[in-house]
Amino acid sequence: MAVLTYRDALTQALREELQRDDRVFLMGEEVAQYNGAYKVSKGLLDEFGPMRIVDTPITELGFAGVGVGAAMVGLRPIVEFMTWNFALLAIDEVVNVAAKTLYMSGGQFKMPMVFRGPNGAALQLAAQHSQAWESWLAHIPGLKVLTPGTPADAKGLLKSAIRDDNPVVFLEGEMLYNTKGEVPDEEYLIPIGAAELKREGDHCSVITHGKMVLVAMRVADDLAKEGINIDVVDLRTVRPIDVEAISRSVQKTNRAVVLEEGWEICGMGSQVVDFIQRECFDDLDAPVLRVHQEDVPMPYAKNLERAAKPDAGKTVAAIKKVMYLD
Amino acid sequence: MSTETRRSATKPAAKEKGKASNNGADAQPHDDLGGTTPELRRELLRSMLAQRRFEEKCAEAYALGKIGGFCHLYIGQEAISTGVMSMIRPDDYIITAYRDHGQALARGISPRAIMAELFGRQAGCSHGKGGSMHLFDAETNFLGGHGIVGGHVPIAAGVGFAIKYRRGNQVCVCFFGEAAVNIGAFHEALNLASLWNLPVIFIIENNRYGMGTAISRSTANEDVLVRAQGYRMDGESVDGQDVFAVRQTMERAIERARKEKRPTLIEMKTYRFMGHSMSDAVSGTYRSKEELEENMKRDPILVLHNRMYEAGELTEGEMHKMDDEAKAIAQDAWDFADASPEPPLEQLYTDVYSDTTS
Repeated sequence: MAVLTYRDALTQALREELQRDDRVFLMGEEVAQYNGAYKVSKGLLDEFGPMRIVDTPITELGFAGVGVGAAMVGLRPIVEFMTWNFALLAIDEVVNVAAKTLYMSGGQFKMPMVFRGPNGAALQLAAQHSQAWESWLAHIPGLKVLTPGTPADAKGLLKSAIRDDNPVVFLEGEMLYNTKGEVPDEEYLIPIGAAELKREGDHCSVITHGKMVLVAMRVADDLAKEGINIDVVDLRTVRPIDVEAISRSVQKTNRAVVLEEGWEICGMGSQVVDFIQRECFDDLDAPVLRVHQEDVPMPYAKNLERAAKPDAGKTVAAIKKVMYLD
Repeated sequence: MSTETRRSATKPAAKEKGKASNNGADAQPHDDLGGTTPELRRELLRSMLAQRRFEEKCAEAYALGKIGGFCHLYIGQEAISTGVMSMIRPDDYIITAYRDHGQALARGISPRAIMAELFGRQAGCSHGKGGSMHLFDAETNFLGGHGIVGGHVPIAAGVGFAIKYRRGNQVCVCFFGEAAVNIGAFHEALNLASLWNLPVIFIIENNRYGMGTAISRSTANEDVLVRAQGYRMDGESVDGQDVFAVRQTMERAIERARKEKRPTLIEMKTYRFMGHSMSDAVSGTYRSKEELEENMKRDPILVLHNRMYEAGELTEGEMHKMDDEAKAIAQDAWDFADASPEPPLEQLYTDVYSDTTS
């Protein structure tokens, strides 16, 4: 297996799917000549030309709608948002049209498309550029929401997303693009809706997704040195969500911490805790705790930003609390 | 309407002697018959009458609670739907807003399927899941029925993009009201359509009121057509009560789209004879009874009828017969819808997701 960056894994997925199906095209700001704001589309313009790698003006609502219209009549657009923060300008097309047209039309018009781009906080980008949107988007029936945390998952899930006949929201992480991991050499797909147990332990389950998978893995390493072994359940997809994988883990460990990048109120973790109380009520030895961003817009100052973000320290503290160790 | 009549080209015809009724304040007098044949003129009249009588039935059904939700009637604007649909091909695309019954009928979706949709029945053109504002029909490339003002305008650009991507020569026709020209989506779509040379025909149905707000109270420049210039796009303004004028404008726009791959913005000046939806009074709150009555003198059906009558090709008896046929079609649609079963409860959860992949 080759070791690739998350960015290169995404580029591979795009290239392979563009080669496989000429209905697939990529559209967004700076995706072509500039090679992508985060270089995910590097080299694709040269290979596929300007009709399939399409630079757009800064007009999120406009080009998201163009993607929707093209999908409605049978093309397979990949719409890149430079960040998901900018996608708010286009949310009518995502929520009111892409997610609902199959249903409203009684099954007549499919919407085979992907909306993708970086999600969540990077470093000192302040309040408008540092937000994790998965709980908003996962709320909407009709959308699928994917949150890969590793290069291998990024590639396998993006390929599945492009082949899916539904509108798929694909949330990448700006801080993940340079992370590395093993990626299979042969072609593979990762099924949408399947979590992965990324670390096995008996003492506590940490249920997470996206960028926080890296935090959970670090926590697992650190705690192992203290003799505490945790399950790390990487949801990988937050809609549909793999309730069985969550239950299986919690029924084994009897304790759970839910870790996410977004805010507390109506966050993804709220939903996971709901599944746990329904499926694992008699299995729990402690209340389930959540780790998330503090309930404030993201501050700019380094120290404040650090304090606002969920991190390994907060996660370790939560795990020890549910294990009654502190 | 048959394919043949849809495709028949029009040329400006020699001036007729008969005078058209022209009571509208800002309407252009238009004396000719738009190069149409008598047979086509009867088709056009039949199409407009069918919409009128269908919508009247809808109002009745709404009052009886057979149609629920929001219901926006097209009465007064039928020359636009009929004129436009008579010019495009079966493989062209249509996308529209929520005042969509007339356009769906003019496009050739069965009145039964439309009424069944309004009644919330399984046999509806969206299987009872869309309702009045969300009529869809894949067979006729009718892409809905959209409920957010202006939200579907970029989608039309996307359909145009797909046509270009596949090197096709279809056009996409996009209908919306004049209030949508103040929405960002309209501007973003026009910019992209012009920038990328997309074969889209954007039609502003200017009925002068966005719900209850007059255009003078909503739009800094009431000349909505100038917005075409802002995007280096060809634009035309036309009397939307005159089906021949609508057709001639469409002919130019279609040629521009098919041959030059250029979009067009068309303002079609019209007036709705009913309230915004079934929930507001026809007049008295935001527009006067006098204004309504003045505009109803330029009823698009009357305009066409008079033209044909003066040309000596339509007797009052024939008109009555055609009207009776239109009423019978509407009644048949009602009877069919009323007798149709509701969607089975299992369908609550179908069509949320497609289970297919490529």
